[in-house]
Amino acid sequence: MATIKITSSEFIDRGVIKPQPTGSSYINVGSTERIVSAAAGLALMYFGLRKFSMPGLLVGAAGAALFERGASGYCPVTNRMQKESAKQPVDSTEITKSLTINKPRAEVYMYWRNLENLPNFMQHLESVKQIDNRRSHWVAPVPGGVGKISWDAEIVEDIANEKLSWRSVANAAVDNSGEVLFKDAPGNQGTEIYVIIKYLPPAGAIGTTIAKLFNPAFKQMVKEDLRRFKRLMETGEIPVSEAQPSGKKLTFDDTTHDKIEKEYESPLL
Amino acid sequence: MKALCYNSVKDLRVENVPDPEIISPKDMIVRVTLSSVCGSDLHIINGFIPTVKAGDVLGHEFMGEVVETGRDVRKFVKGDRVVVASVIACGECHYCNEQSFSLCDNTNPNAYIPEKLYGDTMAGIFGYTHAFGGYAGSHAQYIRVPFADNGAFKVPEGLQDDSVIFCSDAFPTGYMAADMANIKPGSVVAVWGAGGVGQMAMQSAWLMGAERVIAIDREQYRLGVAKEKSKAETLNFTEVEILEALKDLTGGRGPDCCIDAVGMEASGSGFGYAYDKAKQWARIENDRPLVLRDAIMACRKGGTVSIVGVYSGFVDKIPMGAAMNKALNFRMGQMHGPKYIPKLLEHVQNGEVDPSFLVTHKMGLDQGQQGYDMFTKKEDNCMRVVFDPQKTMQPA
Repeated sequence: MATIKITSSEFIDRGVIKPQPTGSSYINVGSTERIVSAAAGLALMYFGLRKFSMPGLLVGAAGAALFERGASGYCPVTNRMQKESAKQPVDSTEITKSLTINKPRAEVYMYWRNLENLPNFMQHLESVKQIDNRRSHWVAPVPGGVGKISWDAEIVEDIANEKLSWRSVANAAVDNSGEVLFKDAPGNQGTEIYVIIKYLPPAGAIGTTIAKLFNPAFKQMVKEDLRRFKRLMETGEIPVSEAQPSGKKLTFDDTTHDKIEKEYESPLL
Repeated sequence: MKALCYNSVKDLRVENVPDPEIISPKDMIVRVTLSSVCGSDLHIINGFIPTVKAGDVLGHEFMGEVVETGRDVRKFVKGDRVVVASVIACGECHYCNEQSFSLCDNTNPNAYIPEKLYGDTMAGIFGYTHAFGGYAGSHAQYIRVPFADNGAFKVPEGLQDDSVIFCSDAFPTGYMAADMANIKPGSVVAVWGAGGVGQMAMQSAWLMGAERVIAIDREQYRLGVAKEKSKAETLNFTEVEILEALKDLTGGRGPDCCIDAVGMEASGSGFGYAYDKAKQWARIENDRPLVLRDAIMACRKGGTVSIVGVYSGFVDKIPMGAAMNKALNFRMGQMHGPKYIPKLLEHVQNGEVDPSFLVTHKMGLDQGQQGYDMFTKKEDNCMRVVFDPQKTMQPA
């Protein structure tokens, strides 16, 4: 049975913004060369480290470097020499979602355009700071509380009440781009939003495989974030039901909520 | 506080649980004065709704007194006597704007569950498992009512609790069943199920100008109540062949409006019942659609089948050919409480309907399991067991 190889964003004729492959997703070693590198590296490591000796260690270290080159697809030497044996573009992973918000288009756009509002409904973002009108600094805690990752993003296109797209700038932890389109819903039902998020998984093809494994969870995370956005826009709060419950960032201040927020975990993540 | 909690299948226990707190500015806390059992709770207690967890507080049909209001609650102050709709609606989304409150987009925090099961999410419901939001129920001394301005209604002076409690769920459900059934002057209305919702549907049918109302059940005492209180003609399906009897009663046409106030755990007799019971036991089929099949077969050509009995999943052997070729209309849904409750309170106030006859037994929460057993087995002519949580003893 044939599968349709078209991503949702192409289907709706949108999503032209792609992340720049600059950081960990950058590949400059070709496939054959990578397999050979990795295999040779493993062999050298095996022979080099089988016995403890100075030459053995050196061989082992060289093997490790070769293996790393093969596994990651990135070679600093090749990079210096300006020689690139890899020409194929890295596939970006894409998540699309649309929903309808019962509020006027201008209001919905304005809330999103103020990027510092995003952590109010994006549960896995800690903060977004606007550096200037185009650039912003994003911070997200690493799951498990072992630190934080941060990156800078720039707005690529900004058409008031219609479209907003952004892209991480060079050397981001995860190269990513995003696009939101705002449309009037038919029959005075408010605003339709179309969200397309793309990211380049770290470490090229191996990373892609890992990303595919995690993509369903990530997709659900994006969906839940957008649902929170709709609920916040429509009702001014994010309804919760747990016995000692809270959604993130309720609209009024109460110290108990900070405590509750920490205890609250999305049922999926 | 004390609350009646689900422990396992057919095992309810009174537990000490933390008092509810205001979480959002539109919340209020209500001290529950009456909380009713409902046929739809039995689906949970009997193990047909898998998203219930041990410790969940049950109950969704209730009234009480406001003890605390959130910052953005406008309609109520401490001390107000209120009746609260069992479905929780935000009042702001497109569906709420259309008064389809049970379809609310926003009040189910676990929207991903119904999205997978049903393709989209519906409103949260108090005490109705995590698929419907995971909100704590009303079989408790206190309850948190989210979006209070939208879901709660002040009880007019001079009305007894017993007359008001069913404006929370049974009366609006029965009323909506009649509303959806397209009743016109001259209509013959058949109602399957002579429990709380069915009785309310019968009385609502009269309010809408029905010519005749026919009640169908197997319990003679319930048919007696239908005859006496809801002025219905009665048919006991264990005594007559129901399709034949309905034709005989209606000049060979069949009822114009057929209301299913039973749903997925219908009782019956004969091969169809055994077939569904077996499949349901094996968990191949969620629902026993015996009433739905009969309603479709009995309904007159071009008539309306209105469904308020709850179905949860898949059903078998629905006579689609009969429905299509007889050009039947289908209307169904969970009730849109806030759309109807103010009007229903007026009907009660004007003495046109007094649902208090449904309260046949009153108990404390500590008799919860006993109350549900009595309700399930229809002992002692039980219509509805209603709990008074304030009279509950300390759990042993």
